[in-house]
Amino acid sequence: MAGSRDFINRRIHSLLGVIPIGIFLVQHLVVNHFATRDAEAFNKAAHFMESLPFRIFLETFVIYLPILFHAVYGLYITFQAKNNVTRYGYFRNMMFLVQRVTGVITLIFIAWHVWETRVQAAFGQEVNFDMMADILSSPFMVAFYLVGVLSAVFHFANGLWSFFVSWGLTVSPRSQKISTYVTMGVFVALAIVSVRTIFAFI
Amino acid sequence: MSTKMVKFIISRQDNPETAPYLEEFEIPHRPNMNVISALMEIRRNPVNAKGEATTPVTWEMGCLEEVCGACSMVINGKPRQSCTALVDQLEQPIRLEPMKTFPVVRDLAIDRSRMFDALKRVKAWIPIDGTYDLGPGPRMPETKRQWAYELSKCMTCGVCLEACPNVNTNSDFIGPAPLSQVRLFNAHPTGEMNKEERLNAIMDDGGLAECGNSQNCVQSCPKGIPLTTSIAALNRDTSFQAFKNFFGSDR
Repeated sequence: MAGSRDFINRRIHSLLGVIPIGIFLVQHLVVNHFATRDAEAFNKAAHFMESLPFRIFLETFVIYLPILFHAVYGLYITFQAKNNVTRYGYFRNMMFLVQRVTGVITLIFIAWHVWETRVQAAFGQEVNFDMMADILSSPFMVAFYLVGVLSAVFHFANGLWSFFVSWGLTVSPRSQKISTYVTMGVFVALAIVSVRTIFAFI
Repeated sequence: MSTKMVKFIISRQDNPETAPYLEEFEIPHRPNMNVISALMEIRRNPVNAKGEATTPVTWEMGCLEEVCGACSMVINGKPRQSCTALVDQLEQPIRLEPMKTFPVVRDLAIDRSRMFDALKRVKAWIPIDGTYDLGPGPRMPETKRQWAYELSKCMTCGVCLEACPNVNTNSDFIGPAPLSQVRLFNAHPTGEMNKEERLNAIMDDGGLAECGNSQNCVQSCPKGIPLTTSIAALNRDTSFQAFKNFFGSDR
């Protein structure tokens, strides 16, 4: 054995969050950003993604299974912690809590988002600009999407920081500090991309 | 002139099974007193703030100079050693609680056995015993010795376990202290010969992987031990070790 079950699961959890889930997230946000040009550009890009060969296999192995594992094991990790930010209000301890809170929000958001788009597509609805514009016509859904997407983006960016620590890439305090700045830069950049996209549908 | 009084609110517990309760004490102030000398004063005359006779408060202590780790408790919300907690530097009333991450024996006395068990589990020693004289070991560079000395300051006081959100009853995490000891003994030129054994021990359940990077440990350690650097360095070492274990290695 390469280590205990906990050790392997924790490492796989950390890896899957970046590869492939993180890469998929960035790709998904970038493709959706076509919506800021016009409806036609978005529809063309969405159609290209949906007509990729071996689509169901790509979805299963790059998206569904990794997210399922990451979510189930992530919940287990979340409920194992006894958060103590009131007593120890240090920056990293707050990030530790926010990482768990955004993880749970992201899971709820993704479940709803997949139901509204991918599952509806499986039932024969067409996923296009109008579908999203229709969903985002309600102010509640705009708020829900903003919270959900920003949670996902934060969870990815801060998760990238812990991925670098968990695999032993950033060891020294200085490298971990620099990586905090870099990953928060990733958060800001992706937040701009995703908020612009959401407002493009309104 | 009336004497200045120091007020204490102490979390008390009669035995491991009974419920904890709070008791207030007021004792006369003396210059330069620390939490331990205050507790000794209560022990000398165990009367609470209401004037009722009570049992003396139980706590543990040893060296009285912050090197043994026995007198750790939660003082005004933060775990630390009571010997170096000077009363004049603390906000009053001074609240004393046991470190509840550990089983409470009585009042402020806790049982830190789990930490010593963890040190055994990770083989935090250097095996040199044999049936014949093995001769001198490899030399340790002075710069490395000075660096390793910082890690060797760990006194198993338990403050890092108390501060860690992942050390609790839901998890079997051994905590930061024994992990950092693995790094200390793996850095020693002779200890390094058994590096793999220790790495494999911390790759077991409740080991290194349970760390969630809240980094409270390094903020709380009274000895300033770079615990999170040790953990990250061990993450790197175990990454390699895991691949070696799985795929085999020509060493």
